[in-house]
Amino acid sequence: MNQKTIFIAVTGILLLAFFMATMIYRNHQSSVHDGATSQNQAIVERQGAATKGPADARVTIVEFLDPACGTCRDFLPYVKQLISQYPGKVRVMVRYAPLHPGSDQVVKMLEAAHQQGKFWPALEILFNNQDRWIVNHNSQPMRALNILNSLDIDQEKLAADMSRPEIAQIIQQDVQDGQALNVRATPEFFVNGRPLPSFGIAQLNQLVEEAVNKAY
Amino acid sequence: MSKTDLAQKTRTVWSLLFAAWILVTIATLGSLFFSEVMGIPVCELCWYQRVAMYPLVIILALGLFPYDPGVVRYAAALASVGWLIALYQVLLVIGIIPESAQPCVQGIPCSETHISLLGFLNIPTFSFLTFTLIGILLFYTHKMESS
Repeated sequence: MNQKTIFIAVTGILLLAFFMATMIYRNHQSSVHDGATSQNQAIVERQGAATKGPADARVTIVEFLDPACGTCRDFLPYVKQLISQYPGKVRVMVRYAPLHPGSDQVVKMLEAAHQQGKFWPALEILFNNQDRWIVNHNSQPMRALNILNSLDIDQEKLAADMSRPEIAQIIQQDVQDGQALNVRATPEFFVNGRPLPSFGIAQLNQLVEEAVNKAY
Repeated sequence: MSKTDLAQKTRTVWSLLFAAWILVTIATLGSLFFSEVMGIPVCELCWYQRVAMYPLVIILALGLFPYDPGVVRYAAALASVGWLIALYQVLLVIGIIPESAQPCVQGIPCSETHISLLGFLNIPTFSFLTFTLIGILLFYTHKMESS
């Protein structure tokens, strides 16, 4: 055999091995996912976390997000649309995954705003003004706080709540559960405990549709 | 040296380079498998090693067709850089270089490892062993070629 033939054959074998391994791994993963769902359920949701949609909905989308994440901002309208698309059947719960540097402080503000019933306006104003408080992918907590203070909110209480140990504990809980659930990028979604098979709005829509059909 | 001896030697040296190419291609596909298929986060040091590893797939292939022993010079330069970074990361993982000295981004510490076989084979050691083997193969290629 000449050298070129050997080279091409080896290239082909290596590429084939790569794609086979990918397929085998993906198949294996999806069966692992299904098995892990019931285990996930216990830590996916957190009592007291901010939610939108009816409390008695049988389908819960849990979203792990970072207020500094641009994709999370872009996904919010779609997530809200899912609630209105299945009236009374779907709700969204937000949990914190402060992956950007400085975001740990910003999610504390969000949780403090949540204590005043202002979670959603706070999240939206932060999303809509990301360019004003994120510099080079670093969250600037003081700038974020200024933006939040433009809301109709008790500023003193917000500042005081932010540094309460209870709030830090809630954030810690979310970070811990996120790690246990392999949340490495935001946004990460779980629909009734099931993670997205792969990232994308279509996959989220499909997972929600399946869950609604199963629950109702 | 007779003509057939010379042809035989060229074939052997070519095979050494070819073995190095197979090695870097497996390493490249393997690292892509870890990050793109398994979704393991890629730390900063790993990126620098990739910068040294990925071009070798192209450079070594160009040196094989047509056979050009000069490729060893270019490949060795890249492999040395990769080897040094891999060594640094291995020392970081073992803990010889303290955690505080590491330059990694928050969230993906370079001292954290994900795969573990036989207790010591993790991704940084794979990388280190691969760069070492490439170095050895390139060294023998060079030695045989210049003898």
